[in-house]
Amino acid sequence: MSISHSIAPYYKVMIERDSCKKCKRCTTHCSYGALSYNGERIIADNSKCVACQRCVIMCPAGAIHIIKNESFLPPHGNYTRRIRNAIWAQSGNGGVLLSAAGNDREIRSIFDDLLLDACQVTNPSIDPLRETIETKIFFGRKPSKIDFKRDTMNPNKICLKTEFMPNFEVDMPIMVGHMSLGSISYNAAMAIYQACKELNILAGSGEGGLHPDFYEFGSNIITEVASGRFGVDINYLHNAAGIEIKIGQGAKPGHGGHLPGEKVNSLISQTRMIPKGSDALSPYPHHDVYSIEDLAQLIAALKEATRYKVPIGVKIAAVHNSAPIAVGIVRGGADFLTLDGFRGGTGAAPRIIRDHAGIPIELAIAAVDERLRKENLRDEITLVAGGSIRYSADLIKAIALGADVAMCSMPVLIAMGCRVCQQCFRGLCSWGIATQQEYLVKRLDVDVARNRIINLFHSWNEELKEVLGAMGIDSVESLRSNRDRLRYIGPNPKIAEILGVKHAGE
Amino acid sequence: MIENNIVKINAAPNNRPLSYKKLNKQIHNMINFKHKKILLDDVCGQRFIAASLQGNLEIEINGLPGNDLGIFLDGPKIVINGNCEDQAGNTMNDGEIIVHGEGGDVIGLSARGGKIYIKKDVGYRVGIHIKEYENKFPVIVIGGTTKDFLGEYMAGGLIIVLGLKFLPDGKIIENPHTICGDELGTGIHRGKIILRTEEDLEDKLGIGAKVDKMTSETEKEIRPYIEEFCQTFEIPLEMLFEKPFKVIKPISKRPFGGNYIGTII
Repeated sequence: MSISHSIAPYYKVMIERDSCKKCKRCTTHCSYGALSYNGERIIADNSKCVACQRCVIMCPAGAIHIIKNESFLPPHGNYTRRIRNAIWAQSGNGGVLLSAAGNDREIRSIFDDLLLDACQVTNPSIDPLRETIETKIFFGRKPSKIDFKRDTMNPNKICLKTEFMPNFEVDMPIMVGHMSLGSISYNAAMAIYQACKELNILAGSGEGGLHPDFYEFGSNIITEVASGRFGVDINYLHNAAGIEIKIGQGAKPGHGGHLPGEKVNSLISQTRMIPKGSDALSPYPHHDVYSIEDLAQLIAALKEATRYKVPIGVKIAAVHNSAPIAVGIVRGGADFLTLDGFRGGTGAAPRIIRDHAGIPIELAIAAVDERLRKENLRDEITLVAGGSIRYSADLIKAIALGADVAMCSMPVLIAMGCRVCQQCFRGLCSWGIATQQEYLVKRLDVDVARNRIINLFHSWNEELKEVLGAMGIDSVESLRSNRDRLRYIGPNPKIAEILGVKHAGE
Repeated sequence: MIENNIVKINAAPNNRPLSYKKLNKQIHNMINFKHKKILLDDVCGQRFIAASLQGNLEIEINGLPGNDLGIFLDGPKIVINGNCEDQAGNTMNDGEIIVHGEGGDVIGLSARGGKIYIKKDVGYRVGIHIKEYENKFPVIVIGGTTKDFLGEYMAGGLIIVLGLKFLPDGKIIENPHTICGDELGTGIHRGKIILRTEEDLEDKLGIGAKVDKMTSETEKEIRPYIEEFCQTFEIPLEMLFEKPFKVIKPISKRPFGGNYIGTII
């Protein structure tokens, strides 16, 4: 037996033999090949199980349980099971380890160390069920001041001198993050776009183009121009509410996307505009963007190409120097700026980068917001922030720290059925979400998935209103950058200082 | 001003160059009036000329167009009577860009279709990540020589470099400089680069690229483009076949496929 085979399986498939009816349903539902029927009974290959729970849910007798495989490895607090497994995998096969979803290391969440304020006595709270609380925002660049001039034809008439940039209205400060068709399935993308249109919120297209079937949702989609320029043509540019130049992604800052050839079927080929079976390699940088001046040039080019009708933005991963880079981007003409924190998700990324590169989104939002305010630029742009917005509490805290819109993807996938097994890069998703195989994609019912996303975001928006009401704020725009409504209870005062948030009790 | 169905726009009236916004706006106005042939005079560095224009148009440029000429171009033909700067034909979908002079860096970045013909030399990173798709097939032909990173990440299409030198008196000779720089075709996974040279290219090859001999099939494939190039720039076709052509091809369609492992850890 070779060393690579000695990696202890993480999970153990337990089958209650008395209840098992041998209907073999589990064997057809397991897309990872962990379950089979040997003529007498169902047998499990634990090494292939990813704990996606599909068999557990689909077993009519409820006879399958997936449990954690605790046996085999002697415990060690420093050389964890994961580190030992990584060494065995790499010494056996060589190569850069792949991963998916977001950073899964147990690193303390700063959002969880923040507490919200509420009104008592001196300022009245607002009842969100009986009074209006506004959660809509306007997306795009705003003038910092408005100038007027006398009309040249009629000196008695005053008219606007300031030229307005394109803006549009969204009903909630929530955006579904960028997931390309390729990383997720057609049905998953369709459910997301339908839900976003219904809710009038934004969704990202990802960097893999926009399938013509999705053009009808264009008014709710921000399309992405990444270094590979996949699927970027005039239809792509003209069927979007906004266009984002993707410089980086929270899960893999400084890294280019990589869709393996086997995932490029005719649907993906049509959307990305590359031949079937061809690797879709995104160069690490944009080769026309080596500086802020070059970025300003690409922003101007996109504005010219779209005739100044839609906002053009830039997405960067939250890294050490995000704040000065953000200033350069805003001065370079971007209408919106997207920040993606180190916990942000991905369909495929080297584990080393996913787990170790970038900084927490909480700190990046605060640093960028603070710096933009110092430069008198903050009110001009829309700041979108993502990188593990898990639930409404994170969304509310992100806005209070300085974001206009919170962007999330994982909760949307979980709402559709994802169990966070983190195997997206293998294209075998048994829930029909992160796969291109037709028999798996069919498992995802678009109507059900769409309604679940709508329910989720409705609930978040109601919770946002509850919190705003309790704070006595009647519009989400007044919560933005309102850090006085946050207090810190974590262990590290330096974090509170960078966040510009007082300690609880202060 | 309209002459012989050609509408003229002066890009620097009274010797004061228009901004790129104003110049492009004038071009759009002329297109809205259904003009199909536009002549731009005194162009001096305005960027994004003809950005994302579509359809059956012809734009002739006198002067020096700035960066990103014809970015996202989708059909029109642009002829430049002189040189062009960086990123001409950036993310081009269809159309033609003909340059009667030299080209800057990053020409044809990520182009998916169309033709870019440049009479003389070009700079660095030309033809990066050009790609083909169905009936879309980008072709870049360079009359002179190129610098480093030619055809990096190439994912389809054709790049031809002829290695000629055009003397001021109109004579055409073999270019005494090396035909291309280093890192030739790094990461190429589809498409071909054809270089007209006797040089040993092995040392210049980037990762994932290999040198191959010219076959009669490839010659047949490139001949129409070379003929058209010679016709456009008045080069005697027969002189081109006095020197051998070398072909740069990808080693594999998945140059970095083996780099990654998906073991569950």
